Amino acid sequence: MSLFSIFNIAGSSMAAQSQRLNVVSSNLANADSVTSSTGEAYRARQVVFKTIDVNETAKGVKVAGVVHDPSPMKVTYDPKHPMADEKGYVTSPNVNAIDEMVNMMSASRSYQNSVDMMNTTKTLLQKTLSIGQ
Amino acid sequence: MINKLDNMLGFHQKALNMRSSRQTLLASNIANADTPGFKARDFDFSRALQTSLSSSQAKPGLMTTAARHINPAGFRSIGSSQAQYRIPQQPSADGNTVDMDTERMQFADNALRYDAGLTFISGQIRGLLSAIRDGN
Repeated sequence: MSLFSIFNIAGSSMAAQSQRLNVVSSNLANADSVTSSTGEAYRARQVVFKTIDVNETAKGVKVAGVVHDPSPMKVTYDPKHPMADEKGYVTSPNVNAIDEMVNMMSASRSYQNSVDMMNTTKTLLQKTLSIGQ
Repeated sequence: MINKLDNMLGFHQKALNMRSSRQTLLASNIANADTPGFKARDFDFSRALQTSLSSSQAKPGLMTTAARHINPAGFRSIGSSQAQYRIPQQPSADGNTVDMDTERMQFADNALRYDAGLTFISGQIRGLLSAIRDGN
């Protein structure tokens, strides 16, 4: 019954999108973290999605990895700041709030789509079960 | 008699199978809307159904275009053998060809048609039962 594999597809998509949402929220939460456990300013993270085979027709999605955003860090001149280097510059995270908000909306819409897909499939399967009654 | 019952319900059975294959394919497209490089796929429903109806095998086989083509012993599902890449309407930076409007529309359309198929098959069964029970 191939309709059942839609549950796997939608489930994989929901898991991936919620991880994306998680990364977005940690980026936004750390938008001003000038230091971390490594002693460096926080670098924005991004998820990378990858297609996985549920079976030969059904393709789900998973998070292949979380990569560090390669865009340059924000550097401001503030000699009075406790984290300023010897020249008086402070390195702060390369989190772009606009990008993150867009990412958040996209992730939440995709998540909603998956939930919708699952509900439609559930209704269809329930109707299939009542054939001939 | 059983053969006749089989013939009667067979068409809708094949159609429903094809609809559920297509639903899975469309669900895969929607799920991968944010995957870089993913190419959306779909198949021509009426052609796939015709191929399935004309083939005598229970399982839909590969599409053969010449008399000397050999169908393999283990048939592959219709979804993967006849699925084709969608032609993108708009270019995208990451090579993804999923157009969410098209996919959602096709998904809803396919779900409704699957539902219609179920209604048809239920109606047929009800008709048969009515005949068996002497109109009661």
